[in-house]
Amino acid sequence: MNKDFFNIAGIELKSRIFIGSGKFSNNKLIPEIIKSSQAQVMTVAVRRFDFQNPKENILSYIPENIHVMPNTSGARNADEAVRIAHIAKNAAKTDLIKIEIINDNKYLLPDNYQTAKACEILAKEGFKVFAYMNADLYAARDMQNAGVAAVMPLGSPIGTNKGLKTKEMIRILTEEIIAPIIVDAGIGKPSDACECMEMGCAAVMINTSISSSQNPVLMAEAFKDAVNAGRKAFLAKLGAVSDRAKASSPLTDFLN
Amino acid sequence: MTFYDIKRQYNTFDFENYTTGVSDKMVESSMQKEILNDMDFLNLLSPKALNHIEEMAQKAHETSIKHFGKGILLYAPLYVSNFCINNCIYCGFSTKNKIKRKVLSFEEIEENCKIVSEYGIRHILLVTGESSVKTPLSYLKKCVEILKNYFDVVDIEIYPLEESGYKELADAGADGLTIYQETYNEELYKLLHTQGAKSDYKYRLDTCKRAGKANYRNLNVGVLLGLNDFVSEIFFAGIHAKYLQKSFSSAEIGMSFPRLRPAVGTYKPKTVISDKNLIQAICAVRLFINRISIAVSTRESKELRSNLIPLGITKMSAGSSTEVGGYAEKRKCSDGQFKINDTATVDEVKKMIYKKDYQPLMKDWTIL
Repeated sequence: MNKDFFNIAGIELKSRIFIGSGKFSNNKLIPEIIKSSQAQVMTVAVRRFDFQNPKENILSYIPENIHVMPNTSGARNADEAVRIAHIAKNAAKTDLIKIEIINDNKYLLPDNYQTAKACEILAKEGFKVFAYMNADLYAARDMQNAGVAAVMPLGSPIGTNKGLKTKEMIRILTEEIIAPIIVDAGIGKPSDACECMEMGCAAVMINTSISSSQNPVLMAEAFKDAVNAGRKAFLAKLGAVSDRAKASSPLTDFLN
Repeated sequence: MTFYDIKRQYNTFDFENYTTGVSDKMVESSMQKEILNDMDFLNLLSPKALNHIEEMAQKAHETSIKHFGKGILLYAPLYVSNFCINNCIYCGFSTKNKIKRKVLSFEEIEENCKIVSEYGIRHILLVTGESSVKTPLSYLKKCVEILKNYFDVVDIEIYPLEESGYKELADAGADGLTIYQETYNEELYKLLHTQGAKSDYKYRLDTCKRAGKANYRNLNVGVLLGLNDFVSEIFFAGIHAKYLQKSFSSAEIGMSFPRLRPAVGTYKPKTVISDKNLIQAICAVRLFINRISIAVSTRESKELRSNLIPLGITKMSAGSSTEVGGYAEKRKCSDGQFKINDTATVDEVKKMIYKKDYQPLMKDWTIL
C-alpha cells in the first residue's frame, strides 16, 4: 500500500484526493484542508485569479509542494475554454488544466461536445488536460482519443452532495476507458468517495462536501480515511456478489 | 411564449384571497419539496410562512452554501449621468425634480474609475438616468470601453435598448444587464410612469430578453419594494427570473430586492416592507430558484446587510456613491438617486463579511 503511487500527467502522487478551492469561507483555511486531507492537487478557478491584489490572490495560499490545477470555469464553449487555458498557463506557470465548459447555469452540467473539442486543441498544444464531463462512454472515448490525462465524470450535479447517481455509467467507464477516471462533482459523503475507490476509480475530486460541512478540516480528514479505505478494498479485490447464499463451510464437501 | 403571456395567466388571480388561505401545513409541504412550483413559491410568500421563517432561513442558508459556497462578490455602481426624460413619481431623478444634473466627461469617468479600482473593486455597474439624448448609445459605448480598462466585469443599468444596442455594448465589453420592472402591476405601472419611453410596460418587461438574445452573461431583475404589495411583486419577479433561466441557460440570472429609500421629491411608499418580509422574500426566492444570484445594495443598513449574509445573498455593493461622479468629486456636483443607508468603506464591508465567516470576492470573471 505504501508503494501504491498514482502516476498521472507525469506527476507521481500518493494521495488520491483532489481538492477544489472555490467555496471556502476564507482562503486561510486552504493549508489546513490540504494538511488534513493530505491532498497533493488543488484546483483553482482562473476567473478568480487576482494578481492586482496579492492579498486576494488564492495562489499565495496554496503550499509550494502542492500541484495547482487551474480550471476553466465560466467558459461557455471550447473557444473560451482554450483562451482561459492560455491565461492559466501564463498565470499559474503550469500545463495542467481542468476543462470545465458549462452552458447551463441552472444545473451546471458540462457540455461534453464542447469539452471534447477543447481537449483536442489543448492536448495537441501540450497541455495536461483533465476533462470534467457527463458520465458518457462515447464522450469519454473522444476525450481519451484526444489525449487527456484523465476523464472526470460527475457523480451527480455539482453542489448537490447527492452522491453517485451516475454510478452505473461510471462503472462502465472504469471498465472501458484506459485513461484514469477521477469522479468529480456530487460526492456528498466520505462513503461515496470510498465507493468510487472500491469501483476502481483512480481518484476523487471534492469541494462542496468539505466546504459546506460544519467542520471542513475534520471532514477533509474523513475523506482522506475513506479514500484510503476504498483504495485498499479495491487492491484487496472485493468478494463476488451472489444472489444465493454460499456457505463458507460447505456441508457436501465430503462428496469430492 | 413571452413572459407577458405567462404573467397574463395570473391577471384574474386573487393574490390576497389565496395567500390568506394558505395554512401552516401548506407552507411545510412546500418547504419539504426539492423542486418548488409557482404555488409553492407563493405559499412561502404568504403571511403564514412568517411562522416558519427560521426553517426557511436554515434551508436557504444550506442551499446557498451548497451552490455558491461562502463567498460574497463585491461590486460598486458608477453613476455617469442623472439626466432623465421620465417622470417616475417615486424617483429622485424624475424629470420634474429640480436637482443638479450632470453627465460625466470621459476624463471624469477615468478619474472615477481610478478611485473605485483603487478600493479593490473589480466588478462595476454602469448607471445612468434614462435619456438617450444626453447619454446616447455612442456615449455609453465609450463609457463601457473605458470601464473595461479598469474592471473585470461591467454590468449596465441604463434605459432599455433594442437587441442591436445591447450587442453593440457587449462588443464594447458589457457583460450583464440589471433592469428593474419597478412594478409588475400593469395598471399601477401606467399610473407611476405617465410619460417618457419608460411608460411602455411591455417594452420594459422584454428588456432582459433582448439582452439575453445579445448573449449577456448576467441578467438581473427586481422590483422596487414599496410601490405595491410585496407578495405579488416578489412572485412575479421570481417567475420572471425563472423564465429567464429557462430561456437563457448560459446566463447567470440574478435578483435584487431594492426597498424604496428617501429621495428628492414628495413620494411616500404605498407599503412599507419590513425587515422580516424582506428576509422572507430572499429565502423564498432562494428555495424557488436554487441557483440564482441575489444582490443587496447599500440601500440597506450595515447591520441588516451583515445579518443577510448567511441567508442566501451572493453579491453586495460596497463603498457606493449614487451621485454622478461621486467617487471623485470633493464638492457635491449632482444629487444622488436615493440616500445611501450603509456608508461603510469597501475595507469595512470586507471585514464585516469575514466576521460572518464568509469570504469577500473581488474578482469572479476573467477578461477574454
